Amino acid sequence: MTAPERPASEPAADQRVTNEQPLEAPSMAGPSHDDQVTVATDAATSGATSRPAPVSEDGHGSIADTTTSPMRPEAPLPPDDLQAQGLTITARTSGQLVRRRFFRHRAAMISLAILIGVTVVAFTSIGFGPFPGWWGQDYEHTGPVINRGAMTLDILPSFIDGDGFSWGPHPFGQDDTGIDYFALTMRGTQESLIIAFVVGIVSTVLGTVIGALAGFFRGWVEGVLMRITDLFLTVPLLVTAAVVANKFASQGILFLAMALGVLIWVQLARLVRGEFLSLREKEYVEAARALGAGGMRIIWRHLLPNVVGTVIVNATLTISAAILLETALSFVGLGVRPPDTSLGLLVSQYQSASQTRPWLFWWPGLCIVAIALTVNFIGDGLRDAFDPKQTRVRA
Amino acid sequence: MVVFVVRRLIISFFVLLVATFLVYVLVVLSGDPLGYLATDQSPNKAQKIALVIERLHLYEPIPQRYLGWLGGVASCAIPGGKCDLGLTKDGQQVSDLLTAAMGSTLRLVVAATVLAIVIGVTVGIISALRQYSGFDYTITFAAFLFFSLPLFWVAVLLKQYVAIEFNNWLADPKIGLPTLLVLSVLSALTWRAVLGGDRRRKWIVTGVAFVVTAVILYSLSVSSWFARPALGPVLLTLFSLGSAFAVTQLTAGVARRNILYATLGTAIVGVVSSFVLKPVLDDPSWGTIFLLLLVGVLIGAGIGYAAGGLDRGQAARASAVTAGLTGFWIFVDHTLNAVPAYSDAVGGRIIATIGSNTPDFQGTFWMRFLDLCTHLLLPTLAIMLISFATYSRYTRATMLETLNQDYVRTARAKGLTERTVVMRHAFRNALIPVTTLMTYDFGYVIGGAVITETVFGWQGMGRLFVNGLLSFEPNPVMAFFIVVAVSIVVFNLIADILYAYLDPRIRVS
Repeated sequence: MTAPERPASEPAADQRVTNEQPLEAPSMAGPSHDDQVTVATDAATSGATSRPAPVSEDGHGSIADTTTSPMRPEAPLPPDDLQAQGLTITARTSGQLVRRRFFRHRAAMISLAILIGVTVVAFTSIGFGPFPGWWGQDYEHTGPVINRGAMTLDILPSFIDGDGFSWGPHPFGQDDTGIDYFALTMRGTQESLIIAFVVGIVSTVLGTVIGALAGFFRGWVEGVLMRITDLFLTVPLLVTAAVVANKFASQGILFLAMALGVLIWVQLARLVRGEFLSLREKEYVEAARALGAGGMRIIWRHLLPNVVGTVIVNATLTISAAILLETALSFVGLGVRPPDTSLGLLVSQYQSASQTRPWLFWWPGLCIVAIALTVNFIGDGLRDAFDPKQTRVRA
Repeated sequence: MVVFVVRRLIISFFVLLVATFLVYVLVVLSGDPLGYLATDQSPNKAQKIALVIERLHLYEPIPQRYLGWLGGVASCAIPGGKCDLGLTKDGQQVSDLLTAAMGSTLRLVVAATVLAIVIGVTVGIISALRQYSGFDYTITFAAFLFFSLPLFWVAVLLKQYVAIEFNNWLADPKIGLPTLLVLSVLSALTWRAVLGGDRRRKWIVTGVAFVVTAVILYSLSVSSWFARPALGPVLLTLFSLGSAFAVTQLTAGVARRNILYATLGTAIVGVVSSFVLKPVLDDPSWGTIFLLLLVGVLIGAGIGYAAGGLDRGQAARASAVTAGLTGFWIFVDHTLNAVPAYSDAVGGRIIATIGSNTPDFQGTFWMRFLDLCTHLLLPTLAIMLISFATYSRYTRATMLETLNQDYVRTARAKGLTERTVVMRHAFRNALIPVTTLMTYDFGYVIGGAVITETVFGWQGMGRLFVNGLLSFEPNPVMAFFIVVAVSIVVFNLIADILYAYLDPRIRVS
């Protein structure tokens, strides 16, 4: 894609790469240009009298702008040229552009599918709350230990070992007391997912609200925020999380998740505050204020839509961090407590069994990795979608 | 700058004060330290309870307890004052426990941080310079994977598989043909991607790297090098000269003959003096080592200054670095020489999986050092993997951004060599954001130390912290907390100074 055909999105990036050769798209991140861009490139290379699009100077130049901006202030090419070639331009809102870029990010899409798959299996297989599951065994029911609790899963197809693929009664094996390990792992996955998403939601809401207030109103809110940030810079997260988790873990996982969420919002608040500090000086804010809009309306209607990208990307990364934090705490014995279970607790219980009965150690670990890895890839895809210039930098 | 640092310190002091109070109250409120006595059936139960109440000052209200604890901590700051960090409920002095635990944990944290920075930054730069190469994609994927790995899981994996398998393998250290081929191919692909160039050069690099790796591995295997590793005089000389060459290439370019001769001379002097000083180096102390290093670096700087001609400043710096590296190789050589004796002493299981050192280990300086290293290896590796991911990704991103700046284009346009552009113009500026990352990452590493210590059974500060939390005793928790917070403040200070060194704008304002 060539530089000049991106009208409204990223003024800075466009200016920077204007003189460069066409940039190659990173194949791993997935080519994230849209059709319209390709059309413009074709037109430009086929000798049409194209000119670089004027860089938009309106305040809505932010890439994260999804709802409010008046899109496409100028068409990138004279329409007559394109009509002459039988090409048409469809205008897209930046929300649509972001969505398209995200849906074309291959790694993110595969990850999304896997994550949804894991979540659905975890919640439907052994059931959740009052709802029964289809798996038929639960994570509390002990039974006779068959063959030292070995795995019955056979993934080798029949042309290798002759007996084909089969699940068997205990695909992940059984634990010491004969509990089906698949059910146990799924229960742990449920707990970890719940904690991660609650932490993600709590910290995102808190971080966005506090960051927005601090960045927009300045004053004492900002002062307090910066002092709290200092506090968190001085103390490692795991340490505070351990202290807090130890206090709240006995009251159930929801309390634990809330407590962790209340700890993790600081980074997002700083990011949002930083963006608000520059956004609040834009002309369109002044215009809104001249029209009589109050502070809350300006924040809600004019500023927040501009930080949606930052917030969403950060929320994803928080979720993967929360999974790792919770499992680590549970592993040390400070998080989820027996009789409840969590993936970290399972790894902790069976770490010494990794030589003799490796499946007891591998399955919960692989579940953690699967969740954290997919969430990270989704976050990466979202970042690319919201901020395409990051992937376009070229040495 | 001084004003800035002092202001930072004052702010940190008050932040610490608030943080300690909050954590103290949280720990005290998190549970009942007498709870473990609830099921106690012994006749002197009341006595035990009274004892714990006395030791933990449970008869005082919480703020008073905190102030009492703070007073004890303050006495540490007074020179000659006896440190009083309170008692555990078993009546042990926390300050004694802390002294015993601190060394191993700080060793782990510092080793992991330094290694992660060095390796992460190097790899990050290479993958930025070779953007979209196979190497870049591999590192990107590896970084994502490492980000998503639970530390405790990796630690258990390393402990249960790597350590045990490696120790088993050491009993008969032969590299089989398939392993040899796979390793050679991997090495060839890495060098191919790292060195780059046109197609012909790429294939030459691939071929040469493959053959060289295969030959090295084969000869190491045949000579049972892994059972009795040593550099020996030949390799020591080669490595030292190689370091001299690399340092010259990176700092000034080998075309500057007087600098090259200065560094090569330094390396030769270093190697020769290592043989002269052999009696001293047989069983030295840390003091001797540091003294020798200092003298070596000074001599190196002197050689550079004398031989440098017009570039004497640069030559002196390059030679000093070369002297340090030569010293490093000499150190490695002596440590490796101690492996057979150490292996006999620990029954052939070299890679340790439990504890931070072999209890009551007797031996020469080198054997004791080796003992610490083998115990450090796996925990450091586990923590490092995750930090490495952060550093390599971050360095790559900032390096790419810097390489896209106008001043880099200008530097290229005026005909500077690629080395100057990358090392002088891009790398130094890319380091500025990386310095910021250091301050964040240090906290993660300490958190990682808590977890790895649990896995590897270290009696370090992490254990102190976790056990204190689980038994609801504030004193050990707070001891850990104070050390961690102070070391983070110190680390931030180092980062600030580095910042000022890297960015003149900060020095001026």
